[in-house]
Amino acid sequence: MIRFEEVTKRFGQKVVLKNVSYEVSEGEIFCIVGPSGTGKSVSLKLMIKLLSPTSGRVCIGDDCVSSSWSKDLSVLRSRFGYLFQSAALLAWMSVYENVALPLRERTKLTDAEIRDKVMDALEKVGLENDAETYPADLSGGMQKRTGLARAIVTEPEILLYDEPTSGLDPVTSRMIDDLIVELNERLGTTSVVVTHDMHSALSIADRIAMLHGGRVATIEAPQNFIKSEVPEVRSFLDAQYITRKGVWEKGN
Amino acid sequence: MIIREPVILPERKGFLAKIGQKVVILIGEAGRCAMVGIGAFAQMPHVFNKRSRGEVIRQLYICAVKSLPVVTVVAFFIGMVLALQIGIELRHFNQEHLIGSVVMATMLREMGPFMSGLVIAASVGASMAAQMGTMTVNDEIAALEIMSINPLRFLVMPRMVAMIIAMPLLSFYTCMLGLVGGGVVGYTQFTVPLTVYWTNAMDFANLRSFHVGLFKATIFGIIIVTVSCYEGFTTTRGAVGVGHATRTSVVLNFLLILIVGYFVTRLFY
Ligand SMILES: Nc1ncnc2c1ncn2[C@@H]1O[C@H](COP(=O)(O)OP(=O)(O)OP(=O)(O)O)[C@@H](O)[C@H]1O
Ligand SMILES: [Mg+2]
Repeated sequence: MIRFEEVTKRFGQKVVLKNVSYEVSEGEIFCIVGPSGTGKSVSLKLMIKLLSPTSGRVCIGDDCVSSSWSKDLSVLRSRFGYLFQSAALLAWMSVYENVALPLRERTKLTDAEIRDKVMDALEKVGLENDAETYPADLSGGMQKRTGLARAIVTEPEILLYDEPTSGLDPVTSRMIDDLIVELNERLGTTSVVVTHDMHSALSIADRIAMLHGGRVATIEAPQNFIKSEVPEVRSFLDAQYITRKGVWEKGN
Repeated sequence: MIIREPVILPERKGFLAKIGQKVVILIGEAGRCAMVGIGAFAQMPHVFNKRSRGEVIRQLYICAVKSLPVVTVVAFFIGMVLALQIGIELRHFNQEHLIGSVVMATMLREMGPFMSGLVIAASVGASMAAQMGTMTVNDEIAALEIMSINPLRFLVMPRMVAMIIAMPLLSFYTCMLGLVGGGVVGYTQFTVPLTVYWTNAMDFANLRSFHVGLFKATIFGIIIVTVSCYEGFTTTRGAVGVGHATRTSVVLNFLLILIVGYFVTRLFY
C-alpha cells in the first residue's frame, strides 16, 4: 500500500533518512518507533507528499509520482487522514468547526449529515461536551484528540497518526488505541502509527519498525520484536521496562 | 510556493558569484511572492460561496472597523500638522486662507493613501504575517493542504477582497479627517474662518486626484496582503521565524508603498 523505495531525505547537509526501504501492506497497523529526531514525522510527511524525497521513491498503491502539484495530488490526499504531532487546529474555529472542515470542503453532505458525523467522531475521542470550545482553551491532550477526530471523520482509506497518545493520561491513551484498532477492523483502514509508547505499539501493531540513525533497525511483528537482539531495540525496550518475556516486574 | 524546508544553496566563492546568487534568489522570491497575489486573484470567483462570504466579512471587520481608531488619530493629527506647518509659512505672505487648498491637495493626492497604507501595513499587515507564519510553523497550512483546501482560496483570497474594499474607504476617511484636523488648526491658530477654509479646499478637490488616490490605496492594499501572506507562508524556524517574517513583511511593505506610490504618481501626473 505504502512503499518506500531506497528513500533518502536530506535537509541541507543533514541526512535524516538514508536509503530506507519498506512496505506497509493494505489493512495493517504499522507502528514506527525510534528515538527523537530520527525522521519519524518526516517519514509520515513523505507518505502524504508534504515533503519530497531527495532520492528514491515513495509509492502509494500504484502511484509512484514522487512529487506533483497537480489535481492528482489532491485526489491522492483525499485518501488520507493525518493526525499532526502538533494537532494543527485552526485557532479561530471551534472544535466542532475544525472537525467539520474536511467534510464541508471535501464532500457535498448536508449540514445535518455533517453534524451527525462530527458528533459521532467527537464522541469516539471523548470530546462530545467540548464541541463549542476553541482550541486555545483546550488542554494539549484535548487538542490532540480534536486533531484525531478531524483525521478520522472522513473515514479515509489510510490513516497516519503522529504520536496519537503523547500527552494523554493512560486511560485515554488506551481508549485511543482501541479506536485505532476498531477503525482498522471495521473499515479496513491502513494505519501508520508513530509512537514512543512501546506498550501501545506492542498491543495494537501488526508490525513494528524501529528507525535509528536514519535507517530501519528492524521490522518485526510484536511477539518477535520484544525478543529482538538488535542493540538499539533492546535499549529502547529496556527503557520502558519491557523484557524478552513481557513487562518487567519488581522482584523477577 | 509554500515551502516547508529551508532552501540551501551551494556556497559560492568570489564576490561576483555571491552577488549573482543573491540576485537570483531575490528574483525567485519576488516571483513566488507575485504568484501568491496572482493566485489569490485567480481564486476570486469563489468569493460568492457561502463560506468565503462569511470570511470576507470577518476580514473586512478586522481590517477596516478594527483599524478605525488608529487611522482616525493618525489622520486627524496629520491634517493638523500639515495645516500648522503650512500656516506658519503662509503667514509670512498673509495668505493663511490658502491653508485649505494645500491641505486638500496633499491629503487627496498623497497623504491619504500613503498614511492609511502605512498604518494598515504596520497593524493589519504585521498581524497577517504573524498569523500566517504561526500557522505555517504549526503545520496548520500543511493540514489545510492535506484536506485539499487551497490556502490561497481559504486564507489569502478573503483577505485580499477585504483589503481591496477597505483600503480605498480608509484612504478616503483619512483624507476627510485630515481635512477636519486642518480646519481646526486653521481656525484656532490662524483664525481662518471655516467657510473660507472649506471654499479654498474645494477649489483644489478635483476628481482626478480623488480617483488616483483611491487607485493608489487599492494597490497598497494588494501589496500588503500579498507581501504579508507570502512572508508568513515562507516562515521556517519556529517562533524566531515568525518574528522575522513579521519584521520583514513590515519593512517590505513600507518600502514598496513608498516606491510603488512614487511610480503610480509619475504615471498619472
Ligand atoms: N521542515 C524541515 N526543515 C528542516 N529540517 C527538518 C524539517 N523537518 C524535520 N527536520 C529535521 O529532520 C529531523 C527529523 O525530524 P522528525 O520531526 O522527523 O523527528 P521525529 O522522529 O518525528 O522526532 P520526535 O519523536 O521528536 O517527533 C530533525 O533533525 C529535524 O531537525
Ligand atoms: Mg515527530
